[in-house]
Amino acid sequence: MTARFAVGDQVRVREAYPPGHVRTPYTIRGKEGQVTRVIGAFANPEELAYGRKGLPKRSLYWVQFPQTELWPDYTGGEDDSAVVDVYEHWLEPVAARKRK
Amino acid sequence: MSGTDHHDHGRGAVPHRHPPQPDLEDGPYTDYMAMTEAVAGLLIKKKIITAGELRRMVEIIDSKSPAAGAKLIARAWVDKEFKKRLLKDVNAAAAEFDIDAGPIPIRCLENTVKVHNVIVCTLCSCYPRLLIGLPPDWYKSRAYRSRTIREPRAVLKEFGTEIADDVEVRVHDSTADLRYMVLPMRPKGTDGMGEKALAKLVTRDSMIGVTRLEDR
Repeated sequence: MTARFAVGDQVRVREAYPPGHVRTPYTIRGKEGQVTRVIGAFANPEELAYGRKGLPKRSLYWVQFPQTELWPDYTGGEDDSAVVDVYEHWLEPVAARKRK
Repeated sequence: MSGTDHHDHGRGAVPHRHPPQPDLEDGPYTDYMAMTEAVAGLLIKKKIITAGELRRMVEIIDSKSPAAGAKLIARAWVDKEFKKRLLKDVNAAAAEFDIDAGPIPIRCLENTVKVHNVIVCTLCSCYPRLLIGLPPDWYKSRAYRSRTIREPRAVLKEFGTEIADDVEVRVHDSTADLRYMVLPMRPKGTDGMGEKALAKLVTRDSMIGVTRLEDR
């Protein structure tokens, strides 16, 4: 399968709260980050959890978020970040921002 | 022993008291414990696995230790080509040592003078068990899982690890189909040391990223 996003793409995590077994932490929903690695395709854990086959497979990405994006009151270093594994169906494209 | 806190240890020993300690079964019996026992019982009853196979698997997992991961780290410090392979695919690099790191892909995160990586699983307690053994209890605690993503520097400080402001602290949340281990920086003052001696310096916590290795 083809990955929809590439390294360097700016993405936003869907702000959705579906019931069930979901591997997208609340802390990143609705937040913007950058794709830093395309990991590959994996069976969808939201389906696997209920005994289904998890097909079609979903592309999985490393998405890097500035900590200040996740926590407006973050007090650590300016460059501190969090990298989270996120499945493609949780990501939306956003217009490229200027890199600092 | 529970319930008999007044006893002696045999001939010649002085009778004495131990403070009573709860037995395993004295804690609450949770739904998850009941489910685990039920599923294990059914798998055996339906002859999908045998009790011996189940016992053997527990024994294999319990036998894993950080020593396997430490071997890979030490090799990466002395062999640049190996380091490249380790950063690309830990499972394949481990296979070079005849170490079976399991079917789940493990990725290695390199600590540098500019970036300090630390690993957490905020959703549960994902951990590269087959490579560095069972996770410490604190790794599974709600405090570590919720605070490491929220205030990593404060958590690191509690582990005695102070990261300079101009170094990026990068938290990796292991939420999905990968597991992570950190490649700590090689301590200063170890230039003449061989690979085996170097491996002994590598600690479990340095491979989780909650600490750095001390210079010598």
